[in-house]
Amino acid sequence: MTDTDTLDIDRSVGDFSYPEQHEFDAGYGLTADTVNYISNVKGEPEWIREFRLRALDVFEKKPMPTHWASKDLEAINFDKIRYYLAHGQKATRSWDEVPEDVKRTFERLGIPEQERKFLAGVEAQFDSEAVYSNIKKAVGDQGVIFVGSTEGLIKHPEIFRKWFGKVIPTGDNKFSALNSAVFSGGSFIYVPPGVKVKHPLQAYFRINAENFGQFERTLIIADEGSEVMYMEGCTAPKFETATLHSAVVELVALKGAKIQYVTVQNWSANVFNLVTKRAIAHEEAEVKWIDCNIGSRLTMKYPGVVLKGRKARGEVISIALASDGQHQDTGAKMIHAADETTSNIVSKSISVGQGRATYRGLVHMPKHLKGCKNNTECDALMINADSRTDTYPAISVRGTGNAAQHEASVSQISAEQIFYMQQRGLSEAQAMSLSVNGFVNDLVRQFPMEYSVELKRLIDMEMEGSVG
Amino acid sequence: MTSSILEPEFMEQTLAGAAGKLLGAGPLLNDSPAWLQALRSSAWQRFEALPMPQRTDETWRFSNVRGLDLSAYCAPQPLAAEAGDDLVARSRGLDQVSGRMVFGNDQLLSQEAFSGQLREKGVLWLPLEEAFEQHPDLVRKHFMREDAILGSQKFAALHQSQVRAGTFLYVPRGVELSLPLETFHWMTGQAGACFPHTLIVAEERSKVTLVDYLQSADPASEGFASGVSDLWLEAGAQVTYVCVQDWSAKARSFQVNSTVVGRDARAVALSLQLGSAAVRSESVSHLRGEGGRSEMLSLALTLGRQELDQRTFQIHEVPHTSSDLLYKVALDDVSRSVFSGVIRVNPGAHQTDAYQKVRNLLLSDEAEANSAPGLEIEADDVRCTHGATTGQIDEEELFYLLSRGIPKKEAQKLFVDGFLQEVIARLGHDALGESLREKVHAKCGANHHWAE
Repeated sequence: MTDTDTLDIDRSVGDFSYPEQHEFDAGYGLTADTVNYISNVKGEPEWIREFRLRALDVFEKKPMPTHWASKDLEAINFDKIRYYLAHGQKATRSWDEVPEDVKRTFERLGIPEQERKFLAGVEAQFDSEAVYSNIKKAVGDQGVIFVGSTEGLIKHPEIFRKWFGKVIPTGDNKFSALNSAVFSGGSFIYVPPGVKVKHPLQAYFRINAENFGQFERTLIIADEGSEVMYMEGCTAPKFETATLHSAVVELVALKGAKIQYVTVQNWSANVFNLVTKRAIAHEEAEVKWIDCNIGSRLTMKYPGVVLKGRKARGEVISIALASDGQHQDTGAKMIHAADETTSNIVSKSISVGQGRATYRGLVHMPKHLKGCKNNTECDALMINADSRTDTYPAISVRGTGNAAQHEASVSQISAEQIFYMQQRGLSEAQAMSLSVNGFVNDLVRQFPMEYSVELKRLIDMEMEGSVG
Repeated sequence: MTSSILEPEFMEQTLAGAAGKLLGAGPLLNDSPAWLQALRSSAWQRFEALPMPQRTDETWRFSNVRGLDLSAYCAPQPLAAEAGDDLVARSRGLDQVSGRMVFGNDQLLSQEAFSGQLREKGVLWLPLEEAFEQHPDLVRKHFMREDAILGSQKFAALHQSQVRAGTFLYVPRGVELSLPLETFHWMTGQAGACFPHTLIVAEERSKVTLVDYLQSADPASEGFASGVSDLWLEAGAQVTYVCVQDWSAKARSFQVNSTVVGRDARAVALSLQLGSAAVRSESVSHLRGEGGRSEMLSLALTLGRQELDQRTFQIHEVPHTSSDLLYKVALDDVSRSVFSGVIRVNPGAHQTDAYQKVRNLLLSDEAEANSAPGLEIEADDVRCTHGATTGQIDEEELFYLLSRGIPKKEAQKLFVDGFLQEVIARLGHDALGESLREKVHAKCGANHHWAE
């Protein structure tokens, strides 16, 4: 639509904050002292402290990846970020123990009481520490471990240490190194062999302090033949200055295991969301990343799967909505490392107003593998005349046993479709909303029901202002 | 061919090639016009100032940046008369052409115009050095006016500081040449160098076809080539440009192409990549006038340890333009290919119709294809699509041919031929297409897997 006005999104819907009292505060900036402070406060074992300090060293040595990534990264001032804040409470397990103002925040976010009770486990991260952690009894009975990362590394070192930092090494990139140095919060999940977790495990992440970076660290291990679905969704109040969010998520799917990881990201438009997510899929295992990015100022996130065992399967389903002032730089990585591994990437992006959506992908099939297949599809929808979209896939294939195909298209909503719907009495905004929802519908359906409802509502909201 | 074409002095220099004749020599400052000398000098400064490409440079991703030590090569050396005659005799292209020019080691060996049309119609078809002297204004207006922007800035600067061989083709408004023109560039000797240049300026509604052949006299010699071809199409012009790159299997070569397409003009540029141990080819289409169209075509069969590195850029600068890219590579042995191409739609360039299709056919377990097809779109009313596939000969199709009694080697050749034929067919020029096809067949014959 060339004649539509630039989208004006009312983000005040999510604008709120409550006064915060932090018992622990590492202050601004990042030095070895900051790292030691975090490690002391959390009462961590010595090996983690050393791990953090080594990571700090790597972080300081690594340059910003601005030779390929957005120059906007230079706007991050690492000295003006607080790397650790906490209430100092232990993770609480029952609803009664949750502080009143935290409950109010949930209320404002509109998370229905019913849903809270229904969901298997609720892990709400509130400023660095898991404030609220409720594991449904049934899940615990099955032997599933679902705790915060700190609790995980202290109480279950025999499992935690084996996999921690193995999927995403500290030096993977500058921001994984940063996370490794200052991480706090996030989840540790272990699913024993053969256990199929019926209900999705869920965590809500929130940012609620100005200039506050959040560096959660999640490690999920699905033992042989087990199945688990993990969901994370996040909304945040709008802050005055830029905020950094840099998570590291590692998934390990052992033989025949299945992991689905669902993210709905809706940070406020001043957040840098620079996340490293990767999985290792062993023999016949399946890992599926379902990723939806709506918020943030700049998101850089390329969930990956290392297909390590024969017949392993990796999938990334990605939806990105980039509005004014936003750059959704998302994508996927598929590293084929065994025979007969298959991967599928489907990415759909919508650029609204002056928003910019970028797909960046990597598919790697080294030699001597047989029967590997990759399929990649990227579709971009442009809403306004000054919207922007980019596609940068990179596909390396060796040998005669493998096949990769990539397709991408860029289009706009057909004026005829809009005209047809207006003829039938819909307003232009409603018609646009319907078209956009139609564009992403086949992907939205792959989200859990409550998320797909929320997504549709979000798209409606974003489209409301897109027409004049 | 033998190495007897070399003069003894040259052999000595070649052996001392590591002394850095090429690098140490500075810009080429012969008795050329002052403006050109100034241009060459500043290009030389740029060449020296620019860093060597690193693998971490985004424009050199997947590339092999080793073996770029230019001090191993000598500047182009004069040819003996009989050696030149030999090369002219070997310069066989199409049966019917309007004209043919032959260069050896950047030196003009022969220029034949078979058609009186050229002069009558006011077509200028000159060796570059003559054009520098005789038509300085026309040449300066177009000579390397579009910067190399895909990574080979350093080598384009080197080219500009050294260039003297090549063709300048100027076709006045409304003039159509029915038969193609041909230019041969030969490189001889061990560790030689060559800087072929092609500049085509096609005025309004003119029509012309030019074919460049880049070849080594000795297929076993090492060498370095850095060529530039620039096409300028004014309103309604139609230019077909074909480049047959067949340097020796040990050569290291660069080709930097830019095509500027004016209103309602149509450019077709095709590369047939056959030779070189490592070739880097960069091609940029600027769609600068409404209704302009650019077709970018490439086909290659890579064998042995060959590395083919192709980078493209389709820049839609104004509304209502179209571009269509088709690159096909068949890879055997331990050869590698890189394709990295971007379709760019500038803000406001609505009604852009851009397409990009990359197909890699892997014929061996060691062959490797890297594809990075990209899109950068800043306008919403566009149709932009790209597709990249990498695969192998379909087992069932192969079985079908085998069951019809066709030997496996023959069947594979048929597949490769059919696979690459699609690109050649897009030229829509039967004689030229047939000649390109023969060259592909000749290379198929060089594939030891398929040898009888």
